[in-house]
Amino acid sequence: MTGTFLGMPTFPEAARAATADAQLRHNLRKATHTIRDKRAEAVGELDDWTRLRAAGKAVKDRTLRHLDHYLEQLEASVTAAGGQVHWAADAAEANRIVTDLVRATGERELVKVKSMATQEIGLNEALEAAGITAYETDLAELIVQLGDDLPSHILVPAIHRNRAEIREIFLREMAAWGTAAPDGLTDDPRALADAARVHLREKFLSTKVAVSGANFAVAETGTLVVLESEGNGRMCLTLPETLISVVGIEKTIPTWDDLDIFLQTLPRSSTGERMNPYTSTWTGVTPGDGPQEFHLVLLDNGRSDVLADEVGRQALRCIRCSACLNICPVYERTGGHAYGSVYPGPIGAILTPQLKGTGGELEASLPYASSLCGACYEVCPVAIDIPEVLVHLREEVASAGGAGHRVEKAAMAAAEWVLDDDRRLGLAQRAVASARSLVPRRLPGPVGAWTDTRDLPDIPEESFRQWWRTREKGKRKRS
Amino acid sequence: MSGSREQILARVRAALADVPSGEHPPDVEVPRDYARSHGRGGADTLVDRLEDYRAIVHRVAADALPDAVAAALQRRGSRSIVVPADLPEAWTATWTDEIGGGADMAAAGAPVLRDDGDGVGLGLGLGALDAVDGVVTGCAVAIAETGTIVLDGGEGQGRRVLTLVPDYHLCVVRADQIVDDVPDAVARLDPRRPLTWISGPSATSDIELDRVEGVHGPRTLEVLIVG
Ligand code: SF4
Repeated sequence: MTGTFLGMPTFPEAARAATADAQLRHNLRKATHTIRDKRAEAVGELDDWTRLRAAGKAVKDRTLRHLDHYLEQLEASVTAAGGQVHWAADAAEANRIVTDLVRATGERELVKVKSMATQEIGLNEALEAAGITAYETDLAELIVQLGDDLPSHILVPAIHRNRAEIREIFLREMAAWGTAAPDGLTDDPRALADAARVHLREKFLSTKVAVSGANFAVAETGTLVVLESEGNGRMCLTLPETLISVVGIEKTIPTWDDLDIFLQTLPRSSTGERMNPYTSTWTGVTPGDGPQEFHLVLLDNGRSDVLADEVGRQALRCIRCSACLNICPVYERTGGHAYGSVYPGPIGAILTPQLKGTGGELEASLPYASSLCGACYEVCPVAIDIPEVLVHLREEVASAGGAGHRVEKAAMAAAEWVLDDDRRLGLAQRAVASARSLVPRRLPGPVGAWTDTRDLPDIPEESFRQWWRTREKGKRKRS
Repeated sequence: MSGSREQILARVRAALADVPSGEHPPDVEVPRDYARSHGRGGADTLVDRLEDYRAIVHRVAADALPDAVAAALQRRGSRSIVVPADLPEAWTATWTDEIGGGADMAAAGAPVLRDDGDGVGLGLGLGALDAVDGVVTGCAVAIAETGTIVLDGGEGQGRRVLTLVPDYHLCVVRADQIVDDVPDAVARLDPRRPLTWISGPSATSDIELDRVEGVHGPRTLEVLIVG
């Protein structure tokens, strides 16, 4: 894969291009609304949802506030179970560790489970440079990889592609990577999935090294947990001889029992299922069953910087369910690529600038890639107050001394995009109203000069949603 | 180990300068007032949830299990299956008797392959697993609320690969293995064992969010609930 997020245009430019792409907008709209509705139904089934959410938040906060303790505990328990633990301060070090581990096996190919962490560090590209081929085995990641494309969503990375495009990609590219697509392949999803099954089975049955991430790493027991749907995860975690898992340090949770919270909240907020089709857990190595060599690479790569920010720290609670993407009116119109980061949508808008710092143009523009409507906070299963962090980061961008012009540009470019048609304006106004008291009369920092000569739009007293709720309640009472 | 270990831990500690030095992990309170169960437990719910995932489900009396296994395998048209080494022989006895007398016996070869893998390389090869028509196993726990079956490599379950490579999985759940909800399952399971949680057959929604059953794991899951 040669595509890269580096050097991508800033959010407003990318968003302008993306919103002009009718096919992309259609695909995105259909997808986000479908998942959104399913999620609401699945969450609605649990009458203790708010308590599960509070518990999940608290478990993550406990972990983060004592992360040094839990990391040491995790290392000890993984080691005791027969695994080896490696620490990677940054992307380059993580890539070097993985490359060396693969080289030590003598293999030049590996299979991969979909993993945000390895995308973040550009592992596939680093391996390619070292002469090692990494095969993505998640169907969507396969589509992205074969299409020499970039993922656009955490959960459904190929959400921006429709079936006809996927068929074309398979027919054009599969042969070069292994088993070719069958003649007469149609664009029926069933036929496309079958083609992927045949194409990948050959890889699974012959490849000796696998790389994965993990959804959770349990400090108490050293257990790693991967949730998935297709079975490609199970294939990678079970068949190879060597398994290498690259895991962000924030994925740690204290105890095995804590999992009962996240195994309820993650699938329901993510795909809207009561439970995802497959979950695998493993603790070190099991003689006679699965890989006999297991390496855990603990990745920092900016996470300790995020941890240092008391407001922004909460972004590390994220369990990557993608509910905030699916609910976000900005994401729905721009798609994931516009964020120029492996972490798109609202969570990307706060995580990327924190991981990389707000020095770059893209990173500085991301905190403005939001209408602050607060919907992302409402759906988040670990109660990350994304709007709070966005405003906090805007302040950071704004107060970065001497950057006034840059800030105004970033903010206004984003605003222009939001304001350039009536519908969006309406949306933005409702959104601002529900953003509680976050919007000041005069913007802080260097942008303040702009508000000295311009009025911020009036904010209606009642947001659309509040109005709607009151109206519905009234209706129910009457009937 | 490496310099990075110390560096990362030092950075984490520095980042947490705001956390009072006297604070211990348990001081950060975790409210655990969420429900242990959502009150919809039991075999009926399990059946409902499994069917929601488009698994095929039957309820059978204990003494009818061998007949039910045979019937399922015959409906499926299976000619060879794999089972964990310790799967009770009685479970598949009716089926082997029935096909054993048939003319196809020679063509079918050994209809039941037993996987004796015990850590010293005696298990079946991937080629053999890829060639069989299905797998029959028991399970460790089943969760009614979510329709999840958990395998832990214990009795009657075998290595993880057995339930992964064949295209058809016939799983036997005893009534006493059914728990109401996720918290009970987590509490019952031993994290030191490799666990596979199965909620319906393999599925993908990656192509325009159309659900397609099966990309890699078994495309058909059939469950016999006993008792
Ligand atoms: S921020 Fe919250 S809603 Fe968004 S992906 Fe992370 S956990 Fe999910």
